[in-house]
Amino acid sequence: MITRSVGPNRRRNDIIWNAVAWLVLIMLALPAFWIIITAFRPNIEINTFPPVWIPRRLTLEAYANMFGLNPDVQQRVAVEAYLRNSLLAAGISTVVAVSLGTLAGYAFARFRFRFHTTLFLGIMLSRAVPGVALSLPLFLLFNRVGLVNNVLGLAIVYVAVNIPFTAWLMDGFFRQIPQELTESAYIDGCGHWSAFWRIELPLSLPGLATAAIFAFLAAWNEFQIVSVLARNNAAKTFPPGLFAFTEQFTVDWRGMAAMSVIMMIPAVIFVILVQRNLVSGLTFGAVKG
Amino acid sequence: MAANSNSADEKGAATRFVEVSRIEAGFFPFAMISPAVLLIILVIGFPLLYSLYVSFTPYELLKPNSLNFTTARALRNYQKLLNDEIFWRSLWNTILFLAVTVNLSYALSLALSQLLARVTVGQSLLRTLLMVPMMFAPILVGFQFRWFFNANVGLVNNLLISLGLIQEQGQIAWLVDVPLGMITIIIASIWMNIPVITIILLAGTLSLPSETFEAAEVDGASGWQKFRFITFPLLAPFSYIALTIMSLDIARAFDIVRIMTDGGPARRTEMLWTYITRLAIEDTKFGLGSAMAWITVILSVLFTLYFFRQLVRARIVR
Repeated sequence: MITRSVGPNRRRNDIIWNAVAWLVLIMLALPAFWIIITAFRPNIEINTFPPVWIPRRLTLEAYANMFGLNPDVQQRVAVEAYLRNSLLAAGISTVVAVSLGTLAGYAFARFRFRFHTTLFLGIMLSRAVPGVALSLPLFLLFNRVGLVNNVLGLAIVYVAVNIPFTAWLMDGFFRQIPQELTESAYIDGCGHWSAFWRIELPLSLPGLATAAIFAFLAAWNEFQIVSVLARNNAAKTFPPGLFAFTEQFTVDWRGMAAMSVIMMIPAVIFVILVQRNLVSGLTFGAVKG
Repeated sequence: MAANSNSADEKGAATRFVEVSRIEAGFFPFAMISPAVLLIILVIGFPLLYSLYVSFTPYELLKPNSLNFTTARALRNYQKLLNDEIFWRSLWNTILFLAVTVNLSYALSLALSQLLARVTVGQSLLRTLLMVPMMFAPILVGFQFRWFFNANVGLVNNLLISLGLIQEQGQIAWLVDVPLGMITIIIASIWMNIPVITIILLAGTLSLPSETFEAAEVDGASGWQKFRFITFPLLAPFSYIALTIMSLDIARAFDIVRIMTDGGPARRTEMLWTYITRLAIEDTKFGLGSAMAWITVILSVLFTLYFFRQLVRARIVR
């Protein structure tokens, strides 16, 4: 912690530090708020010149158009399909990835075995493979087994892609649990599995929630693989859906902003829920061998 | 008060120096790891090997017979790439982009973390503000900045006109001009990278032992000296975690490039990732695309491995 002695000089410095910090962070966050406001403004205010900086009127028009409540709008976005596919692909993959990643993370945190470092590094490096590079062979192979343009196929890929980070996070969380508990469980005659299942796993639930939300968001936001594997609305998720906006003749900026706001909802929940756990999970591995 | 308990927790998490002693358990840990490893081999390892094979063939999606391997032509795709001017340009663009983005993201986040560590008013609200860019999918970040830097209806030009800095006719073509296109993409990527790195560096800064700073203060060290000779070196493990995470995620920049400029205009912002898409998906040249994909895989792995090594080394010193 930075120490702070008292004095008029210090006090003035404090005020300056606080003011600068607030200014910088408001500027950092401002673009995001601009997107949110745009989603609720009438189109005429958005496209007019000179620009209208402060909204005069708020409206739900963009959402009425999106969900087909406006009879004047012929071509509309398949937002229901995107929502369904996104929820399915992200939901299924999160459950599986967190289960498998937790098992692996526990083994790395608690046990000594051959190839410990090699396996850990190998798993982590699989995460470094760019999605574009992976999407090509997956397209060819999935094409043979009917998994192209298929939400289940997406879910399978997202499980594999999400395991490494989940394992890393869970390794960090498990190492924060005092080992005395497990040791006394062993003395009471617990096996490795029941020590894990009955004692350590319940204690790591906050960490598990963090890992789950992280995996969910990674799948929810993924673009590179889904844009190759999904051919139409049967499998397209939100990111390729948003991208499709830009391929139209005139770009509907407000429509894109409106969809962006829907896409952000899970992330907003994430920020509220797991701020603190995330930091300790990420950094614990740094200070421990 | 909330802010105080926050920092106390982080401090606890990072400085609890209990020895982690792992135990022998025979076959059991392998049983726990194998489902994860098997799935990764099946969904990532095997497809990558397959794409290595494809990269040695002249395969084009619309010509199914072209997927055949002959020793004589095996390296032809790689030769083609080496003689392809656009490949070299996209490689150079990618390296330039990575070098600038990684360094600037780190430097700005480091500065921001030192600023935030001194904040006394409304710390938890400020941290929530800091996390706002994290709510954005990379594709959203790209969309947002594509719109802001749009020449005709974009926020940035409108703002410059409103402030009287440019004329209404003199709108700047941010996404088109050299080197502005590259700069806007870099700005977008930095905006996306800042939160995670700052949060990790802030947690690290708050976990540093206050006795060291008190001793330095007694010795009359200036604020800069304290940062340069105490904070910065002690932050090393945290810096490498942040850089490792950034290197794992760096290919997400593809989403940003794809939606902002798609490598254009005239390939001025073409990067390896967008060029792969163009070759394999748009021109259906899967063989050539796979060869390039393998080059990016090797580069990404080396990049990550480098930071990971540094992380391990920094940990040992501590």
